[in-house]
Amino acid sequence: MRTLVRPAALRTRRGRLVYWSLFAVTLLLFTLAFVIPLYWMVTGGMKSSPELARNPPTYVPEEWHPDTYTDAWNRLDLARYFGNTLTLIGGAWLLGLAIQLPAAYALSRLRPRFGGLVLGLMLVTLMVPATVLLVPTYLTVTDVPLLGLNLVNNPAAVWLPAAANAFNIYVLKNFFDRIPGELLDAARIDGAGPLTVLRRIVLPLSRPIIAVVSILSVTALWRDFLWPLVVLPDPARQPITVYLQRISDSTSLNLLIAGLVLASIPLVLLFLVFQRHIIAGLTAGGIKG
Amino acid sequence: MALRAPANAPKPVAAPTPAAAPAVRRRLAEQLTAYGFLCGALLVFAVFAWYPVVRNVVLAFQEVNFVRGSSWVGLENFRHVLDDPLFATAWRNSALFTLYALVLGFGVPFVAAVLINEFRHARAYFRVLVYLPVMLPPVVVALMWRWFYQPEGGLINEVLGTAGLPTSQWTNSPDTALISLVIVSTWANMGTATLIYLAALQTIPGELYESAELDGAGIWRRLWHVTVPATRFVILMLLLLQVVATMQVFTEPFVMTGGGPQDSTVTVMLLVYRYAFVHHDFGAASAMSLLLLLVLAVFSAAYLRVTRGRAD
Repeated sequence: MRTLVRPAALRTRRGRLVYWSLFAVTLLLFTLAFVIPLYWMVTGGMKSSPELARNPPTYVPEEWHPDTYTDAWNRLDLARYFGNTLTLIGGAWLLGLAIQLPAAYALSRLRPRFGGLVLGLMLVTLMVPATVLLVPTYLTVTDVPLLGLNLVNNPAAVWLPAAANAFNIYVLKNFFDRIPGELLDAARIDGAGPLTVLRRIVLPLSRPIIAVVSILSVTALWRDFLWPLVVLPDPARQPITVYLQRISDSTSLNLLIAGLVLASIPLVLLFLVFQRHIIAGLTAGGIKG
Repeated sequence: MALRAPANAPKPVAAPTPAAAPAVRRRLAEQLTAYGFLCGALLVFAVFAWYPVVRNVVLAFQEVNFVRGSSWVGLENFRHVLDDPLFATAWRNSALFTLYALVLGFGVPFVAAVLINEFRHARAYFRVLVYLPVMLPPVVVALMWRWFYQPEGGLINEVLGTAGLPTSQWTNSPDTALISLVIVSTWANMGTATLIYLAALQTIPGELYESAELDGAGIWRRLWHVTVPATRFVILMLLLLQVVATMQVFTEPFVMTGGGPQDSTVTVMLLVYRYAFVHHDFGAASAMSLLLLLVLAVFSAAYLRVTRGRAD
């Protein structure tokens, strides 16, 4: 593909020299900026406490202590906090899809009266960042209107607000709009009700977009910090990120570093496996707004 | 299912009265189904998205008391917030954070994307590397960098010292604490902007560059007159999104500096958090949030105008 640089220029001796020197500098800077910190973390978790406190620091651990990782897993009780994170994210993801898929389908195909207004009101919430509504949403969670429930320390305090995601509904609706109408009509003529059409025809066709929406939701939930920090004050119920922040000043540095590395692994793995989907979802969402 | 009329059958002009009732009933049933599918979303949006917006405005003019009930206090909360000596500090810090983050978080990803787009080798490596930090939870990133920034024996000063560059006190000095946080936030988030720019660069038709070249435009003029205008929309969109995101900065100062040293990293959201969850003054927190909301609404509205204008 033709880009900024003239292809012919790359074939000259001077062009090749400039290309390779720029390439080398960029490669060096990227590696310094993004590989070294990760290397420093992973090896830091294997150094002994006195070695970590040394100045100047050691580039390669003098003594390797890979057992710090198993130590951190057991002593910091990470299994429990990973479990908490999994409950929060898994529940929010499933409830989110259970609410957003039918809503998007209804808005796309079932022509509810005032459907445009409903969608508009949902999209308006994208203009108001969730962080700014921290206080009123928190007070709502402490005393849910009509039900009078207090959801503090309950995973539902994370699940329910996360389900109100206008971006997901919008993306799903746009995808459903592009499914050929004849396909759905044919099913309806065969006697399928809206629920069957959604389950048997729309959902199987929408797997790629459901994957994108799922990855975006899971990533956002995994990264969120402020909301679980305020609605889950009970230390035993906190996700791993809130927990690590809470113990960061009272834990020895090598255990904390090992904990940070372990807490990063699941999402990094998810990224390496679903890299294509994630990058496609990001750029699609980003460019189309 | 009722029998379908043949497609070419003449349609009845006005429905005769006996048929009208089933039609109305059918339309009602359709609406009920549609709203049945929508009701879950309507409920969560009503309770957790629409109601909090209204409630934020109400709370800003109230004194919240869980025992005696809340009472109206007029502009008292705003007066209280404005009288706080940290008010100006927090707004200045958030604005400076946003400004620095624009300079760094804007130029760096654009240059990186233009370079990666020209490279014929290792593109996947660059793409994966630059996006990897986005996958780390921000708390992990903040705790990591708190350690890297240690003036004695920290990674950053060590690397700078080895390269013969000046070292710094980073988050330990009020002069450099804020910019240190901006660096962390840029490191962690530049992957998103870089990949979006890359995607935009790939949509530029090669003929544009060829014709610019025929007109005698050198590489810098092609960059300025072809690349930049062709990605102008994406640049503007990311600019607005980034302003909205960085004005709300919370995790980095909360985890790395707690607002210090000497209040040099107290941001608006950090102050909101302190009012609400340290001093339990929900009225003041709401008043401060409402001010932030109004500022951000301007940028959000601009963002919507930009994207809407593009869609038409």
